[in-house]
Amino acid sequence: MEYTVVQDEEIDILLLDLLERHGYDFTDYSKASLKRRINRLFSLDRFPSFAEFRFRLKNDPTYIRRFIEQITVPVTEMFRDPNFYRALREEVLPTLGTYPFIRIWHAGCSTGEEVYSMAILLKEANLFHKSLLYATDINPEVLEKARKGIFPLSQMKQYSENYILSGGKNDFSSYYSAIYDHAKFDASLNSKMIFSTHNLVSDRSFNEFQLILCRNVLIYFDRDLQSRVFKLFDDSLDHLGFLALGSKETIRFSGIASKYKQVGGKEKIWRKTV
Amino acid sequence: MAENGVGSGIEAVVIGGSAGSLNVILNTLPLLTRQLKLSIIIVLHRKSSYDSSLANLLGGKTTLPVKEADEKEPILPGKIYLAPADYHLLIEKDKTFSLDYSEKIHYSRPSLDATFQTAAEVYRSGLAGLLLSGANSDGAEGLRSVKANGGLTAIQDPEDAEVSYMPDQALSKMKPDYLLSAKEIAGFLNDLSQARSTRNKGS
Repeated sequence: MEYTVVQDEEIDILLLDLLERHGYDFTDYSKASLKRRINRLFSLDRFPSFAEFRFRLKNDPTYIRRFIEQITVPVTEMFRDPNFYRALREEVLPTLGTYPFIRIWHAGCSTGEEVYSMAILLKEANLFHKSLLYATDINPEVLEKARKGIFPLSQMKQYSENYILSGGKNDFSSYYSAIYDHAKFDASLNSKMIFSTHNLVSDRSFNEFQLILCRNVLIYFDRDLQSRVFKLFDDSLDHLGFLALGSKETIRFSGIASKYKQVGGKEKIWRKTV
Repeated sequence: MAENGVGSGIEAVVIGGSAGSLNVILNTLPLLTRQLKLSIIIVLHRKSSYDSSLANLLGGKTTLPVKEADEKEPILPGKIYLAPADYHLLIEKDKTFSLDYSEKIHYSRPSLDATFQTAAEVYRSGLAGLLLSGANSDGAEGLRSVKANGGLTAIQDPEDAEVSYMPDQALSKMKPDYLLSAKEIAGFLNDLSQARSTRNKGS
């Protein structure tokens, strides 16, 4: 088949190179997805052979940035899973509102659509003034985009529908200005955002939070790595803090499950009870 | 129809479908043998929605267990798995599922190609791929990789398919082992299951 050129053994070689030469550890990522993305990049960049692909990755630091950008999945949207955001509005924010100061961590925030969605929720709950949103990702390129808060205008119809379904009462377009084919979100929204690179595989806890969101990141990790990341989140959550995951992710099989209780019924939001 | 008999070493079947395929599946499920020896993995294009009502709908048509695939879940014989909405469903080397939320492929997530291809590389000659009705070109490449990896391939006869575009696309790229009408699909799957159980007893 033409698009599975880079085979399993070669992927193992690349991953070791990346770890040894550049300190990026992808060895505990789920292999099937990684293999697809590596092959996608290989054919996208038209490498004539695996050897040349490997050489470039080993020796060209600028190409590493591209590799990280393309291998980690930069797909996200605003108010994805509106019911999830409704649950945040109704079941999480009222509790957070009782605290004098709210710290939220978006782990693996990609281009920031979820962070801006959260900022809008906080504004509408009148909690924005006492909140701080930490947004981290392994990939510096996406953080650059997230910081700007500029998203394609073509997405706004979908985002606006999601927003309304999540219980939003305002005119969604009041949060951005259209510039040509882009939507630039209100500068006040990112005034409370702190962007930083953070690698969930190798970096430690850096603060204590009342809410951590990490959605559709853990699906790319194997079980061992998932457990380590759950431990990292547990270490970074205040007593009675909330942990929110993607719609197909669960803490059920992790070491921390017994300390947490699911909030409401369907949404993947847990609260630390111990 | 191919000349050779139904594959005897088939462990898993991936069924991919788009427009016009849901009814085929709904009519097939009640006819499946209760002693199913295979894992059946169904990937359907559908509107991205958050609930799991499709699994319930399919589950109501058979006494076999039907569930949405969870990430890291081991793939077991006798079970029917459904790709969850809005994720690509991939198969890992250790025969577990993983989920992927990367770009849509052929405007689709789940993509049939992604599941066909990753399953083909894991199960190789132990995989059968079946492509049903649809108005999309997804699935053709994937089915081709099933064949390239030694697996068995079947396509719903375009004459019989509600929307013939997808079977036609696949047929333009490859020659499958079987062309099936909707009515023949349950028998095809039961034969694969029967062939597997006979083989296991024999060995």
